[in-house]
Amino acid sequence: MTAQNEIKKSILASLWFMFLTFPIMVIKVNTVTNSIEWRWHNMAIVGIGAFFLSMLWRYLLKRKEEGRKKDQSDGLSIVQRLLHERRFALPGLMIIGIFTLLFPHIFSMYQTNIMISALIFVVLGLGLNIVIGLAGLLVLGYAAFFAVGAYSYALLNLHYGIGFWIALPIGGIFAALFGILLGYPVLRLRGDYLAIVTLGFGEIIRLVLENWNEFSFGPSGIKNIPKPGFFGIEMSMHTTTIYIFYIVVVLVIFTIFVINRLKNSRIGRAWVALKDDEIASQAMGIDKAKTKLRAFALGATWAGMAGVVFASKTTFINPASFTLWESVIILCTVVLGGMGSIAGVIAGALLLILLPEYMRDFGQFRMITFGAVLILMMIFRPGGMIEDVRKTYKFEK
Amino acid sequence: MKPILEVQNMTMDFGGLRAIDSVDLSIEKGQIVALIGPNGAGKTTFFNCITGIYTPTSGDIYIYPRGKEERLNGLKPNIVTKKGLARTFQNIRLFTSMTVLENVMIGCHAITKAGIMGAIFRGAATKAEERLIVKKSYGILEKIGLEKYVDELAINLPYGAQRRLEIARALATDPFLLLLDEPAAGMNPQETMELDELILKIRNREGISILLIEHDMKLVMSLSEKIYVVDYGKKIAEGTPEEIRNNPVVIKAYLGEEIDE
Repeated sequence: MTAQNEIKKSILASLWFMFLTFPIMVIKVNTVTNSIEWRWHNMAIVGIGAFFLSMLWRYLLKRKEEGRKKDQSDGLSIVQRLLHERRFALPGLMIIGIFTLLFPHIFSMYQTNIMISALIFVVLGLGLNIVIGLAGLLVLGYAAFFAVGAYSYALLNLHYGIGFWIALPIGGIFAALFGILLGYPVLRLRGDYLAIVTLGFGEIIRLVLENWNEFSFGPSGIKNIPKPGFFGIEMSMHTTTIYIFYIVVVLVIFTIFVINRLKNSRIGRAWVALKDDEIASQAMGIDKAKTKLRAFALGATWAGMAGVVFASKTTFINPASFTLWESVIILCTVVLGGMGSIAGVIAGALLLILLPEYMRDFGQFRMITFGAVLILMMIFRPGGMIEDVRKTYKFEK
Repeated sequence: MKPILEVQNMTMDFGGLRAIDSVDLSIEKGQIVALIGPNGAGKTTFFNCITGIYTPTSGDIYIYPRGKEERLNGLKPNIVTKKGLARTFQNIRLFTSMTVLENVMIGCHAITKAGIMGAIFRGAATKAEERLIVKKSYGILEKIGLEKYVDELAINLPYGAQRRLEIARALATDPFLLLLDEPAAGMNPQETMELDELILKIRNREGISILLIEHDMKLVMSLSEKIYVVDYGKKIAEGTPEEIRNNPVVIKAYLGEEIDE
């Protein structure tokens, strides 16, 4: 009975796909001879392919349903359990650490450069994770803060000759100010409304940078941004790349450290409370405005610092690097990786940035595969790759 | 005796609807006062006005901490809480993704200070504060009788315990006045009896005054020293339980008018 049903559904799906793809897969107009070619064999391929894919699809969905029932009994996923188990976590971290240390020496410059980009996005993802994962505020224009950081360094260097290490905190502070600037008018907004306003904010920043030629040199951008210095020692191209790699790694570690501390603090608790119930948390004495602004400012700070590193890595920036697409990618790293989960966001960022890079061989199919991965992930693991399990306070007498 | 909370002529309009119509109320130190009335009479709106969720259209709300007069109108809810008024909600509003202990720890938010830098560097002061919060929260849970649930997620608690947890959370803000919005709603007789004892205990041991909205008349009559009755936003009676029980206006409001033949 059920097997019959399944086959019937799959046949329907394959018929539907045959119908949908009919115009492009079957009909071919030959403009030379003005005749129509009917490629019926294509239709057969689509039909059979769709039939089996649809079977596979439903089989996977079913397995997921069963998996969920089983999961409820033990709760945590495998990765989470490994992370919590000290026995595995420590050696695991050491292997990752050694691998990271050796990475630029083992792999080529090209690989190291890609890894730097990916790690910058890890920092961005973790920063956005403060705003979305911890405080529950959906921000869509996050790339704007990234731009603020990058332009802070580029412009300060151009006009005042300020170096990388001083620009790094300044970029963070500027971005934080912009975070407060954005946060203040949107304090009352939540969810979709907040997302739309922040989306607009992101576009405003980009458009200003694109059109205010006297200030930001418009679309032509700013060239010759110096790479980070190391006590004035001259470094070759190769060494600088390795140097930047290590800087980003340290920034990532610093970010993880700070977020971990914030998570288990009075402020982190206030964020969770505010996410759970705004009215009740206000009645408990939590200042909604202040707490939300803190989340905005802190989230933006990390985008700003990532921006400074980004500018110093590419030595050239223009508004095209800070479009809505960047915001979307950063948001995807957070959602795909697992909202609120640090390990998840790191995995998400690495996957989303590295996957398209390594798939360049596939040419045009790159973006299709990318989209397919996103869709599949959201259907089979809606909580993200590594779902967040909030560490609750365990009372010890 | 001097009042600790005084509401004078408070009116609240929502567009053309007058939800509260020039109501007066005063509570003395250590008193248990009840606010009763039929559904939709404006009791919860009254609470929301006092606790800063709404700003009343007109009238004054005064509190007298340490003898000094302070006006509460228009203050934000978190400031009102800081001033010493804590409340619970009619429809339970616990932080569902947090444990019982964490819920009470949130209540300590207003009386602690650790900021971003404190959180990141976690210095001695922050650590001490954290320890203090935990100790205090556990103490409150013990007092309320919820200590066996300490690490349980708030959402997994039985209904009556959730209501008690709301009270515990409110107590963590160190209030001088506790506003309870239908604390016995949905409780069975046994739980209601325990609640009765708990409220008395809070008042007697901590000296916290209590303003109570409740439909359970048995509880109201046994607990309160003074009762205010509102209907259609207007105060229709005030007095001791005995006076209220025999007040014809109150009976009319609750049971409807008798038809003369």
